[in-house]
Parts: sequence; structure tokens; C-alpha cells
Amino acid sequence: MSTRLANYGRLINRAKAVNFTFNGKVFNGFEGDTLAASLLANDQMLIGRSFKYHRPRGVVASGGEEPNALINLGVEGHFEPNARATTTETFNGLTAESQNHFPSLEFDIGAINSKLARFLPAGFYYKMFIHPRSFWKHIYEPIIRKSAGLGKAPKSRDADKYEHYYHFCEVMIVGGGIAGLQAAKSAAATGVRVLLVEQTAHWGGRAPVDGVVIDGMPAQDWITVTLADLSVRDNVVIRNRTQGSGVYDHGYALAYERIADHTPGDGRPRHRLWRVRCKQIVTATGGIERPLSFAGNDIPGVMLAAAVRDYVLNYGVSPGDRTVVVTNNDDAYRTALTLKQAGLEVPVILDARAEGGGDLMGEAIAAGIRVELGRGIAQVLGGKRVTGLQICSQAGEGAVLEEIGCDVVAMSGGWSPVVHLWSHCGGKLNWDADQAMFRPDPNQPPLGADGAGFVRVAGLANGHLRSAAIVADASAQGFAAAKAAGGTTKRVVLAKAEDFEELPLSPVWLMPQGASYKLRSKAWLDFQNDVKVTDVQLAAQEGFESVEHAKRYTTLGMATDQGKLSNINGLAVLSKSLNAEIPDVGTTTFRPPYTAISMASLAGEARGELFQPIRKTPMHDWHDSHSAEWEPVGGWRRTYAYVRPGESVDQAVQREVTNTREKLGLLDASTLGKIVVKGPDAGKFLDMMYTNMMSSLKLGRCRYGLMCSENGFLSDDGVVARIGDQTWLCHTTSGGADRIHAQMEEWLQTEWWDWNVWVVNITEQLAQVAVVGPNARKVLEKLGGMDVSADALPFMAWADGKLGGISGRVYRISFSGELSYEIAIPANRGLEFWEMLVEAGAEFDAMPYGTECLHIMRAEKGFIMIGDETDGTVIPQDLGLNWAISKKKDDFLGKRAQERMFMDNPDRWQLVGLETLDGSVLEDGSYAIATGQNANGQTNTEGRVTSTYYSPTLKKGIAMGLVFHGPERMGDVLSFTRIGAAPVKAKIVSPLFYDPEGKKSNV
Amino acid sequence: MKRNSVFAVAREAMRQHSGWRRTWANPEPKKFYDVIIIGAGGHGLATAYYLGKNFGITNVAVIEKGWLGGGNTGRNTTIIRSNYLQDPSAAIYEKARSLYEDLSQDLNYNVMFSPRGVMMLAQTQHEIRGYQRTAHANSLQGVKTEFICSARVKELCPIMNIDGPRYPVLGALWQARGGSARHDAVAWGYARACSDMGMHILQKTEVTGISQKDGTVTGVDTSRGQIGCKKLGMVVAGHASVVAEMAGFQLPIESVPLQALVSEPIKPCMDVVVMANTVHGYMSQSDKGEMVIGGGTDAYNAYTQRGSFHHLEETVRALIETFPMVSRLKMLRHWGGIVDVTGDRSPILSKTPLGNTFINCGWGTGGFKAIPGSGWGFAELMAKGESPLTAEFGLDRFRVGRFIDESVAAGVAH
Amino acid sequence: MLILNCPYCGRDKDETELTAGGEAHLKRFGPGSSDQDFEGYLFGRANPKGLHFERWRCAAGCGKWFHAARCTATLEIFGTYKAQTLEPPQVIKDAITAKRPGWSWRNFS
Repeated sequence: MSTRLANYGRLINRAKAVNFTFNGKVFNGFEGDTLAASLLANDQMLIGRSFKYHRPRGVVASGGEEPNALINLGVEGHFEPNARATTTETFNGLTAESQNHFPSLEFDIGAINSKLARFLPAGFYYKMFIHPRSFWKHIYEPIIRKSAGLGKAPKSRDADKYEHYYHFCEVMIVGGGIAGLQAAKSAAATGVRVLLVEQTAHWGGRAPVDGVVIDGMPAQDWITVTLADLSVRDNVVIRNRTQGSGVYDHGYALAYERIADHTPGDGRPRHRLWRVRCKQIVTATGGIERPLSFAGNDIPGVMLAAAVRDYVLNYGVSPGDRTVVVTNNDDAYRTALTLKQAGLEVPVILDARAEGGGDLMGEAIAAGIRVELGRGIAQVLGGKRVTGLQICSQAGEGAVLEEIGCDVVAMSGGWSPVVHLWSHCGGKLNWDADQAMFRPDPNQPPLGADGAGFVRVAGLANGHLRSAAIVADASAQGFAAAKAAGGTTKRVVLAKAEDFEELPLSPVWLMPQGASYKLRSKAWLDFQNDVKVTDVQLAAQEGFESVEHAKRYTTLGMATDQGKLSNINGLAVLSKSLNAEIPDVGTTTFRPPYTAISMASLAGEARGELFQPIRKTPMHDWHDSHSAEWEPVGGWRRTYAYVRPGESVDQAVQREVTNTREKLGLLDASTLGKIVVKGPDAGKFLDMMYTNMMSSLKLGRCRYGLMCSENGFLSDDGVVARIGDQTWLCHTTSGGADRIHAQMEEWLQTEWWDWNVWVVNITEQLAQVAVVGPNARKVLEKLGGMDVSADALPFMAWADGKLGGISGRVYRISFSGELSYEIAIPANRGLEFWEMLVEAGAEFDAMPYGTECLHIMRAEKGFIMIGDETDGTVIPQDLGLNWAISKKKDDFLGKRAQERMFMDNPDRWQLVGLETLDGSVLEDGSYAIATGQNANGQTNTEGRVTSTYYSPTLKKGIAMGLVFHGPERMGDVLSFTRIGAAPVKAKIVSPLFYDPEGKKSNV
Repeated sequence: MKRNSVFAVAREAMRQHSGWRRTWANPEPKKFYDVIIIGAGGHGLATAYYLGKNFGITNVAVIEKGWLGGGNTGRNTTIIRSNYLQDPSAAIYEKARSLYEDLSQDLNYNVMFSPRGVMMLAQTQHEIRGYQRTAHANSLQGVKTEFICSARVKELCPIMNIDGPRYPVLGALWQARGGSARHDAVAWGYARACSDMGMHILQKTEVTGISQKDGTVTGVDTSRGQIGCKKLGMVVAGHASVVAEMAGFQLPIESVPLQALVSEPIKPCMDVVVMANTVHGYMSQSDKGEMVIGGGTDAYNAYTQRGSFHHLEETVRALIETFPMVSRLKMLRHWGGIVDVTGDRSPILSKTPLGNTFINCGWGTGGFKAIPGSGWGFAELMAKGESPLTAEFGLDRFRVGRFIDESVAAGVAH
Repeated sequence: MLILNCPYCGRDKDETELTAGGEAHLKRFGPGSSDQDFEGYLFGRANPKGLHFERWRCAAGCGKWFHAARCTATLEIFGTYKAQTLEPPQVIKDAITAKRPGWSWRNFS
């Protein structure tokens, strides 16, 4: 059984016990434990179930590479599925549940899949479940989905908060092991700004566990000294619990800080996402030990050798009493020696190498441990826990030489450098056949903005397995990075480490090398996704020769550990099956993040009310307190209607229309775009921007203008006013102001840069109010201050003046067909002016109105609305707006485009009015049905509705639409689609439904 | 080729699966083929398949620089729908969708077409009108869609937040027979069927030049030598401009990275595909349990299969707004593909300035769902010189101004 | 995540502070031009895998449009220059030549 030892535990605080629950059972742990350590200390080796076969799963590793020990962590707003027990710090009150089983972890019905394994080889679902067709959706797929999926879906809203942080430095160093620390020291000495991040809570990585000695000091002492040295430097920022998660182009990197995962509810943000900009990155990310592929290697109790000694030395936890060590390298001997020193039993070390290892093997033998050379494991015995194993000759086919009892198997297949960050942004790898590992190819680094490499790799991550080489490499890489990033000091800070004499590993990709099909079909490569040696071999047999094909066919490396343990072993099996060399088969692409990071950290603070900023007019709060029904328009919020108690939204809209037509309406038009165009060439410029002639507009007058894209389509409209000899003010749509302003700048800067024109977007400087209706003049006269009579201020004129003591500009323009003034005042007096109008207007029955009322009134007048009558495919000619297209100008944006064959074409659909024969309202987006079908069997159409409303003024449905040869077909009756009902008949009429002579506005 | 079935699997299970043959052959190139397709992605393989199946043309090579299905076919978010607004789009996407319905049976390979339903959320008045218009158009196009209210949205997708605050869900365009499929299986299934017909799929074979004589193509130069052909089809998505340049013409195409990401797998919690265009996010849950999330495209040209990180932040933000539970999940992996975007964001299936050469490209962010229809129509175009499915997607439309603009319905083309 | 140096304000700008504007050095064709020229101007795009000239705006900075010479395959930046020019300045051409001898792009080399 696994248990807490009386001794050891360099990372735990035995004075501080913590309680936590696992599957409802209360367990004890110590501060400093990982959850995996705590569970092992309580003899909880079985932690979860695998993805496909629901096999029992226990802890394999001690870090972020762990594929098995995944749990549902926390409750409600703090719940997290698939939390990795090996990287979860144990805290008081932690609750954890095992995943992917029914009804319980101990007894899981899904485990039947394991019995059926031979019917479920790699890719089985591609070959099965084909007939009958409907069974996939209704029977097979739901079963497959339900049995997959691991953790539970969160149900509650996130109760935590998150934040983003920007950081700038010259050199970022990822990994706080001895290589990272030394690289940081070396870089920092040059004076550049250094950021050093470490994903765990502790510094120094494996060195203290591995007994490394640096500069004559035990590793822990050296780490303490080095950290102290770095901490006092003001050019160094160091962060633990912070993972270098991704490397992106041009020196951008992500660091993921888990601030409060281990102290939930303490008020701090849970996670902080660092967006780092640096010149150089040094990844000192160490290595990951590889499992060995032998039968039964997935049974709980089979662990990585280094992880076993981590649990003993770091947490004082013994994974088991009798541990067999199986290895192809010297490093695993350290585990045997550690266990022996801890008083635990190591019945045998199985070294697959015929010649065995170096000094460490000698020490093991001297310590009395039995060492068997050229031996491997034929099969591990046990179900939910290892009970023993069968020893065989590595060179053979698995004939059992001896059976031995044990409860832990510590395996080591050698080490793979963590090259993820190097590879994220295009760094290439070399296969080092001697060390059986992919290591960064220094000649093919990820390239920065200047075309030079911006990532370097130090230490084990760079393929150096021995501590002397690791610290030497780290010194050099840290220094080189700092130099490349502008560091000036010439001195390289060195460190010296001492090593045992170690012999090289011997690659072992299958144990025993000639293992039978039966053994291979029990040899796991990917523990979480249940991919076995035979699966990869089957993929190769079936022609999935590319490593990407084999991965996708078998799902190797696609689990939540992203193949950190399985990829190289799987690749080796694939290569062997294809009779190819490993580097010729190649690796899959390493994608960020290094380990999964919270979605919430990506969103940061931008959630809920802060999701996107809301633009508010100066009168926004007034609308809000007068029961505005809001509508998002661009970034703005506009009032859709002011809904009075007891009214529906529709009733409110109709009331607003009627009141404005009959009495007086007030509209907050502040969102309307307002752009000042000024300069000696301003007129010439506007003649290019608009289809109309704007240069000839007289001072004091307004003109309705159209803007097209260079591709000919109508893009915006609005009233332009001539403000001065060289000054125009252009109104745009509410959503269009920023876009149109940017377009004007673009044309002026990139095409007509020799023209003397300035453009300024003053939209937010002004509040604007439309005073609309028969009583409009009366209320302005009541405010007083300027002459707003028809003579002084005729239709389509403007004047500056004061109203009620507030300076403003008054435009006599109308989008409703009523007598109408639009008054622009400084934004800071907008609310005051609005309230003044409301108060003064009371005796004239003034009511505020919203955007829907505005839409109905403009439709009653046949005025087009950008976004309704236009959709990016409509040209002004389609809308009967030829009068607004100047015939005198040689050129304007869109003119050439409109000469193309498909645009200069009488068959284009044209704007008309539409009225149903029964007075009903046509449906939004309805199409006019024509006779016959096209070559693809689609019903032909001859028009469509662009705007449709119930007109409270005319007491019937009115619509505008685009119809084939429409204006020539007045009175024709068309058939329009309705959803879920028979088509409805509508007659083509003039779009000028109300006051066609325009008498009401021109008074 | 051995028929796939539960019986075949059972039989093989008894003999250690030793009887399974290669899914597709790995032949040496011949000197000459009737048709060469450049690009063994979904569209290229489907084209070859329907050339054989519908027109009996089987002396075909599909040439692939890397591994088949390794481009955008194998790196998209696998959404299948046909609720497009414009007639030509609705026609080809609906053709594709209807072929997907029977594709597993047709190919004898389970592509896991899952018509679980696709909804496109309306979160502004403008979107409501746009999707209502699409529903009307679809009713005449033979595409079954409906506009549903927010309560029904919530019923179909309980994990969704329909209340805002920023963009409450006002309704959705719902296509019940839209859904998803297993992307790799689509490529593999077509490849298997093509190989079965005797066609050659030449992987790891790079086209380096295009030989021409008198305005027609005579063959291609490849990393495995010269190969002649009677007709040439270019179906290379993000690299369309590069191949077209070899042939001496230019395309109205820009290549940009498009990103996607997946969460770690969780138990089933979402049975539909949801697209939220106002906030730019779309999501579905794979059969493995991962939440599959689509992001945006970069605004500048690039051929790197990765994109700018800030797009992912924006996407995830939008999704947390729409699906609050996403906040507690973790991003497992993100990646990019190179998508070929045309001037009107609709695809090109067209003749080219070279008489016997045809091009199929410009699918941009929405190609996966079109694969069977694209292959069907493009095969017909290549075999007969015209196809009703491809008629409106010619290159000439950019000259005469006859665009196919889908953005008008507030939709994006994912 | 590109960084470009704005040749007006002299600042290094993250791409989130910039607006991308597509291919640079397009010649505008207006009324009177042929259908072919007009189509080329609006839609014909170089789209090379390699050296490209493109437009950017220092949108969250000084507001100016500028041009960049950039590799679309490696994302290397060869240089940025002001937009008020019909062709890349010699210093930019030289910078490209130093890295990519024998380069050409549309009519430039």
C-alpha cells in the first residue's frame, strides 16, 4: 500500500495538517502536498478511469505530464473538471471527485469496454455503426458521447475573478530549475530586464531530488543562494506558480499565473494571464521521463521512476512497500537507491541494457540491491493495483523467467526534453540517436521580426542530461540571450556542477523487444485515451503512415496531457512498423498552451458588464430613468421605445408615431456621426467621397448625400452642411461614423495625399436632438434666442444661434416628413438642453420617441435606411436615387464600379412600395415568388421586402422592397412568402406612402 | 477492398486484426493521367471520387504535398449547415449537406455525420431581420430552416445565457438537419473510395511547376518527376494563389490564418452547434466531449498555421458571455489553418484562363461543410465543362460585378 | 502577434494597436479604365508566400497609414515606410536584398 513516511518530505510542512475530501471521504494531508501526494499518502492509488475502456487509473507522474490523475475539483462556482491532481496543491477544505465512471470509481460499468477491447481497436468507429443510417445519430453516437468525456460539465457561473497583466522585458526565462535559475543569473548580470517564471510552487526543479551538487553546495543550498541573489536585483522579476504557456510571433509570450488556486476565496484573482513582450526567450523547461511499453504498464502502481522518488523525497510519501525498478538508463537507479535509503524494499532492478549502467549501478549493487541485466517485464500482474510482475529477457518474446511480487513498478524509458515552447512558433528539432531524443536544432530557431532566432533553450530541455552540462549550457544561453537583447556586460556568470559517471541509455520502444501480439495488446502508449502498441501498429498496417494520420486514427497524444508521455513512444512504434527511422517519420505539431489553461484567464476582466464598453449619449441616463427599451446600435445603446406602464412595446411605438405626427416628438440623435471636413481641397475631396456634388453646396445650406464603396455599393448616407468657405460638416449613420472617418483618412493619406484636407470626427463632442412634429417650431420659439421661422430658416438650411441660452447649430432637416429641426449643442449641455425641451414641450404634448418610431416614420415617407434597404449588394440606382448621383462629375468612389455589366443593368431589382391586399403586414425578409425553378431546383424569386411595418398613421401594413422591373410594374400584384403560412398577395405601389408632396415638412 | 461493418470488425478481432488492408494504396506515379487534381484535401478527394462515381473517370491522380486531409480539412470546427441566403450558396451547401446524410453508407466508412442541429443566434434587431430573411429565402431554396424564439433557443441549448446583459439572445435561425461530422474520416473515407476505384493518391508529392503548351496545360512538374494529364484541377485552398502563379494567373484571393481551439473533454452538455455572430464565437461539443470553438481570422496575409493570440481572447470572451460555464473549462489546444478568402467571401469553382484547367478555391472559413457538394459540382464542371452548382461561382463574376455576398444576412461564412 | 514600427511616430506597435489594410502600392483605376484593369485594382491580389508589401494604420497611435515589407511565411519584417510613395524607398529595397537576394514583387525588384 502507499503511505506517508515518517521521514522525508522537503516540500511539506508537517506542522500544518489539512483536511480534504475525495469521493466524499475525508482525508488528511500536509501543507505543501500536491493532491496526488495527499491521495497516495492515504493509500488512494486508484484515482480515475480511462477514456475508452474505463480501465482503473492511478498516479503515474508527479507533474504536468500526468495523464491519469484527473479529478472533478471543487463545487458550484468554484468547480473545475479535469483538474490534474499532480499539479493541484492540497488545501484545507478541498473537495475532489474521481471522473468518468458509473456508478462508482471502484465498480464502473463502462469497464466492460475493456473486456470488449479486441472489438474496439483503433478506428473501430469508422468501420462500424454505418447501418442503418439513423442509428448513428440516435443510438450509437449518444452512447459513445456518454462513455467519453471525462470530467463533469460545470453548471454554476464562475465565482472567481481573473485578470490580465502586461509585462515588458528583454529576456524571459521559462522554468525555475537549476538551468532557469542559472540562465536568469547569467542574463541578469548583463543588466537587461529579466522575467523568470516557474510553473510549480517551488524553485530548483529536480536537482534537489536528484542529489545534484553545484559550486560545491547541495542543490537546495545553491538554489536558495541563487534565488536570494536574483530577488534583490531590480532588473529581475521572478514568479512561481506561473507557467510559460505559449510562445508567439515577434517575442510575444503567455505566462499563466495560478495565484489563488490553492487559496480559494481569499479575495485575490484566481488566475492572471501575463502577456509578455520580450526580445529573447530562454526555455529551461527540463525534460519528461518516458514510460516503457510492456504489458500491464497501465495498472495503478506502475509509475515513472523519477516520480516515485519525487513522492518519497518531496512529500514523504511511499507509493508502495515493494518497488521493482525497470529501466534502460542510469537515472532510475537513483529511485532504487532513494527507496532503499528510505527503508523500503527494492526486490530487483531490471535493466534492459545487457551491459548495465555506470557508477549508480555500482552503488545499487553495493547497497545490496539485486540488479538483473538484459531483463525486462513480460507482464505486470494485478487489476486495480499492481500485485507483481513477470520477468523476461528483453531480447526475447516474453517467456517468463521469474514471477515476483511487488506493489509498485518504477519505470524509466529515458528522458525527453520539453521542446514545446521552442516549437510553438516554428523552432525545428533534431533527432539525437545516441540519447534517443528530439532536441532543438539551434540552426532552425523560431524567427523574430528581424528574421533572427528569438528563442534559446537551456539545460535538459536542450538535450543536456547531466548537471555539469546543464548549468554550463544555462550560463551560455542566458548570456547569449541577454547579449542578443541588448545586454552590455561581457562577463559570463559560470557555475560548476558535479556528476556521477553515467552510461548512455539503450532505446527500448517495446518490452520485450519481440513481444507477442497478446502482450503488445496490453502495452499502453497513451494511458488516458487507451492507445496501445497494437493500435499504432494497426494504424501503420492500414496505411496511416504520416504521424499526424496515426495520431488522429488512434487518438494517440490527443488526451488532456497532449501526449507528453506517449508521443515519442508512439512515434517509435510507428517508425518501427513502417521500417523507417524516427526522424523520417517526424513529430506532430506542438501547439500552445503547454498545459491546459483556464478559459476564464483568457477572458480576463472582460465579462458581464465589462464584456464590451457601451457608448452612451449625454442623455443616456435620462432615457434609462424613463423606461427606455434599449437597442444596441454599433457600440451605442439607443432607445428603441419609451414604454409606459401598462403598454406593450408595440403600443409604445405606435403612440410615439402618432404623437410625433400630430403634435411633437423628441429624439436623441446624438449617436449620428458628425465629421468636419476642412481645407482648400475639401470640396474636391467630398465630390470624390459622395455621389452627389458637394463642392457646389451653398454656404448655410444642407444636402442629402450618398456614399458608395469603391466596389459601387451604397455604404452610408447623411446630410452634409456647408459651414464655411472651406468647411463642410458631414452627418453619417450612427454605426458608420468611425468607419467613414477612417475611410476619409485612408483616402487622404494613401491616394490623394497631396490634397489639402483635414477631417475630424466630432461625433462625441456634440449632443444632437431632433425636434419633430407640427409643434416643433412652437417649442423652439418658446425657448427663444433665435429666429426659427420658415423665412429665416427654410427647409434644408441651418443656422447658428442660441436656444434657451445654450449655443447650438440648428438644421432644418427632416427624416420623418414632419416639420423638424435637428439641434446640435455641446455634449456637456446635452442633458440640460434635452430636459429644457421636455419641460418646455409639455404644453405642446412633447414626447420622446425611439428608434422604432423613427424607422416607421421614415418608411411612411419612403426614405431608405442604410442596413435595411441596403445590405452591401445594393447600389443607389436600385433605390431610385439617381437624382443623388451627379452626372457632372468625372469621378467619385463607386462610379467606375457602377459602369460594370452587372451593375449597369435594367434587370436589377428596384425599390418600390408594397401593400398587401388584405392590409396585413408583410413579414420581414419575405421574398416575392416568381414562376418556375432554377437549374438547381430552387423556386425563382422576383423581389424581396427590405422594410415592413404596421403604419399607425395609415392604419395598415406598409413595406418597401426591391422588385424585378418594379417601378414599371405599379399596381401589379406579387406573391410574398410567409413562414408557416400560405403566401400573401401584395401590390406594387409608390414607396411614398404618406404626404407625397412633402407639405408637412416644408412649412 | 474489404467492406467495413460490425461483422468485419468482429471477424478481425478473432485474428488479431491481421486482415485489415491499407485504407488507400501508396502507388508510384504514372507518367500520365486523364485528370490530375492538385490537393488531397476534402475538396480534392471528393472531386476525384465524383469524377469516378458520376462520370466513370478513374484514371485520376490526386497529388498532395503533405499528407491527405492535412490542411484545412483536418483543422476546422466541422460545422455542417446550408442555411445560406443567396441562391447559389444555398444550392451548393444544401447539396453538400444532403450528400453528408448518406455519406457513411455511400463510402462504407463512418464519417459520423451528426445532424444535431445548428443555430445562429440573433442578438440585434438587425440580425433578427437578417435571419428572418434567410428563413424566407431558404423556404424557396429547399433548405429546411426556421427562425426560433429565445425560449426555444434555451430549450435546445440549456447551457446558454440568453439574458445578456450586453447582447441578450433575441432568437435564432435554426437548421435541425445541420450538424457536424468527423473531419478526418471525411478525407479518409473519400481517399479510401478513390483508391478503391484505382485512382492514385500521391502523398508527399509536391507540385513545383505547371507545364503548358498553346494555352493548355500538359502536366505538372513534381518532386517525383513530371506527370502528364488531359485536365488539371487545382484544389489547394490557402495555397491557391501560389499554385495559380505557377500556372501564370492571379486570383482574387488573400490567404489568412483562421484559428480554432478546444477545451478539455467533459461529459455531454451541449447537443447543438451554436454560432453567435454579433460576438464572433461559435461552439459545439465533439463526440469526445471537447468543446470545439471557432475563432476569427487575422486581418493580414500569412501562411503560418498559427494566428494572433488576441483573436482567441476575443473569441473566448464572447463564448463566456454566451455560455458562462465555459469560464470554468480549460483551453487544451489552439491552432490555425490558412484560409483562402475571395473578394466577396464566396468560393470560386471555375474555368481558368487555361483551357483544360479548373480551379476550386476561396472557401475561406467555411469549406468543410461544402466538401461533398463542392466535389460533386466541381467534378461535373471538369467532366462536362459546366455545372448548375458551380455556374455562379466563376472567376468572371469579379469582372462584371456579379457578387455572391453572404455577409448581408449578418452571417459569417464559418 | 506582430510588432511593426510606425515610421511617423517612430513607435514599435503591437498589431492590436494597428489596422491592417491589405496589399500596398495598388494603382487606382477609375472611370475610363478597362474592365480588366478595374478588376485587377479591386480584386487581383499578389498574395505571395514570402515577401509582401502591405498597408497598415497606426490606428491606436498617431493615426497615420504606412507600408510594411513583410514575409508572409516567416513574418519577418524587412522595414516600414511612409505611405505617400508609389514604390518602396531604396533603403527598404536594400534591406530586402540583404536578406532575400534576387527578390521581386509585382513590378518591383
